[in-house]
This record gives sequence, C-alpha cells and structure tokens, in this order.
Amino acid sequence: MALAKPYLDIPGTTIFDAEQSRKGYWLNQFCMSLLKPENRARFKADERAYLDEWPMNEAQKRAVLERDLNQAIAAGGNIYFLARIGATDGKSFQQMAASMTGMTEQEYKDMMLAGGRSPDGNRVVGEDGTAQAHRQPQGRGRPGWGC
Amino acid sequence: MARITASVYTSHVPAIGAALDLGKTDDPYWRPLFAGYEGSKQWMREHRPDVVILVYNDHATAFSLDLMPTFAIGTGAEFQPADEGWGPRPVPKVVGHPELAAHIAQSVIQDDFDLTIVNRMDVDHGLTVPLSLLCGQPEVWPCQVIPFAVNVVLYPAPSGRRCYELGRAIRRAVESYDEPFDVQVWGTGGMSHQLQGPRAGLINREWDERFLDRLIDDPAGLSQVPHIEYVREAGSEGIELVMWLIARGAMADACGGPRPAVVRRFYHVPASNTAVGHLILEEPAA
Repeated sequence: MALAKPYLDIPGTTIFDAEQSRKGYWLNQFCMSLLKPENRARFKADERAYLDEWPMNEAQKRAVLERDLNQAIAAGGNIYFLARIGATDGKSFQQMAASMTGMTEQEYKDMMLAGGRSPDGNRVVGEDGTAQAHRQPQGRGRPGWGC
Repeated sequence: MARITASVYTSHVPAIGAALDLGKTDDPYWRPLFAGYEGSKQWMREHRPDVVILVYNDHATAFSLDLMPTFAIGTGAEFQPADEGWGPRPVPKVVGHPELAAHIAQSVIQDDFDLTIVNRMDVDHGLTVPLSLLCGQPEVWPCQVIPFAVNVVLYPAPSGRRCYELGRAIRRAVESYDEPFDVQVWGTGGMSHQLQGPRAGLINREWDERFLDRLIDDPAGLSQVPHIEYVREAGSEGIELVMWLIARGAMADACGGPRPAVVRRFYHVPASNTAVGHLILEEPAA
C-alpha cells in the first residue's frame, strides 16, 4: 500500500517528503557545502566547474545556474537548502521568495506589507487564488535574480 | 527541585536577526515589531531563569540530509552561532547546561521519546533570534540554554499530539532534577508563512489568532490538529508551529495543575515573509 500524500492538492506548494528528498539528495548536499566560505568562493569563481564536482543531473545544475528556485524545487531541492545559493549571492529570503512568484521584489514586498497572500482561493488546486497554476506568473518579475 | 516558571513563544524569522545586527530596529518597517517585544525584554530581565530549554528547528545548518533527527537535545557545554551562508551572526556563544540536559535526555527517553543526543553542533537563527528578541544584545546571554531541535524540514514533522506529550515528559524530567533551578521552556517558529513556490507569502491572520487563542485555552484540543491543516491554512513552513506545543505541554495545567497567566501577547505582519506571533505564559506563584 502506498503512503497517503494528502498534501498534493495544495496549489503552488511542494512538500519536501521522502520522495523529493531522495530525488534531490545531491542538489541539497551541494547547497549544504555553501555553508563553508571557501566553498562559496570556489563556487563563485567557476559555478559550472564546482557544480560538475557533484553527481547532480543536468536539470538540477541548470536550475542552480539560472537561479530558478521553482525548477530546483521540482528537481528535489528544499527551500532551506536552496537558500544557501541566495545567501552566497547576498540575497535575502524575501528576494528568494519573490523570485518564485513571478513578482518583482517590490511587488512582493508590497503584497507582504498589505498583509500577505490570502489563503482564500489558495487552499486547494482548482480554486481561483493567486497561487493557482492558471494565474502564473503573478507580476513583472523574472525567474531567478539575474546572476 | 527544579521547576518550570514560564513558557515563551515566538517566531524566529532570520530577517529579524539581520535587522538587529545591522542596527535597523528604528526603521519604519521594523519599529512596530521590536516595539512589540519591549515589554517582553523587561519581563525577561525581571524573571531571569537559570536555564532555558529552547525548542527550535535547525534550517539545514547543523543537520543535512545525511542525518535528520526528529528530536535532538544539545548536551554539550557550548554551541557556536552558525554561518548560514551570510556569515555567523555577531551574537554571544550559547552556553549549555550539560548536567540538566543529560538528566532530561535520560528521563525523557525512558518516558518513551527517542531523543538524539548532540554534543557538538552550531545553532542557527532558529535558536539565536528568539534569544535576541527576549534578551537584546548583551555581551553574554543572561542564562544557560539547552538547545532542543525538532525536524520540521523533512516531511513528516512529529505530530502536534506527540509534541504536546513530549512537553509533558520534559516537565516531569525538570521536576525530578535535584537542584533549585528556575527553568523556562521556549517554543519557537511560525506563525503562518510559506517560503517556497508560487504560493510564497501566504499569511492567515485569522487562523494564527485562533491558534494563539487555543494554545492558551485549549492546548490539548489544539494538539489534535493534523499536519495538513497547518500546511493548507498557515503555509508549508507554518508547520513549525507544532514546536509551540512542546513548550505548552510543559506547563502545569497539562499535568492537571492550575492554568498559566497570559503575560504577553503580540502579533504582527509582516517580518519579511512571515507573520510574527509571541506569547508569554507564566506559572502561578507556588
């Protein structure tokens, strides 16, 4: 019997479960390596060469190079691990979060100052809230942060 | 005997730590948030415990996918602030309490909770931001701290019910320690927030306020709420709130004693991506 996954019908959300963790093991461990300043320096000096030291698949490497966090999450990444890439680039968590919504940093910041994203319409896939697939992208931002 | 005197609950947003460390607490963006903690800092000065058992989650800092314990207790003598990619926060090292920590580990494990024992780990913003919010920016932290890490990163986190029961076991452990210590239990993380995907930025004030109400008045009932409700209503990272139930379970009324007094209650949106909630519950004077 398969394990129940009651969280698959939440829009715009990937729960980091055992399956995602297995898929993203090396991607996340690469991110973990960026906790060491010397590794951050080596990564910044030649991103592709540093990534090629890790047994990650091409989609994972491309997601990192393009700073496309949605793609990185689809490839098994977890946001707390992926945040090391943003930290290496000197980005805040808010900038990283904005990059996944299609909003610019300012658009996202304005949404948060206005009380954040409403759960209404965003609880179950098929409703009409801002996080639903048919409402993407949500603003004038682009994936990543242009590194 | 040691006794639990109070429990403290607070969000632990990393941007709060950055705002403090970079001297931005008077910025219009941050001022309302830090104002909400002024009375709590005063309370902390007047109710300084000997030891804080600080329940938090590691954010892929000390624990990687190589090893992810569901519950881990820091039994070491000291813990350094971690480099989370931006460099370590300029805050004091955390001084542990190895004797009490080992006592709690022994008691709680024999009470059927399987803790991982950690003698060496760095502590990230999950632990240091709550200390900063309640203690300000001292040269040394005003009390000893036992780090108590809970996995909420890799699904599944422990259930609310198990967290609440663990809190009760921690209370039994503290009350069987043979030194006259005042101990506080802190539960951190939350409130509603989501950091990932197109749904990032989710905030649910109504659900958060109801969580605070129930944490005060009906913690046993609240502990029955399933994971999926946290994720759907409070965002994928809102699941951190199960950690508040550990601190709540450590209060006297969870073991048939009198109800605690609500000393502080505060709620603010936003801090970066997150709704900030804060409570202090004090045990009635013995």
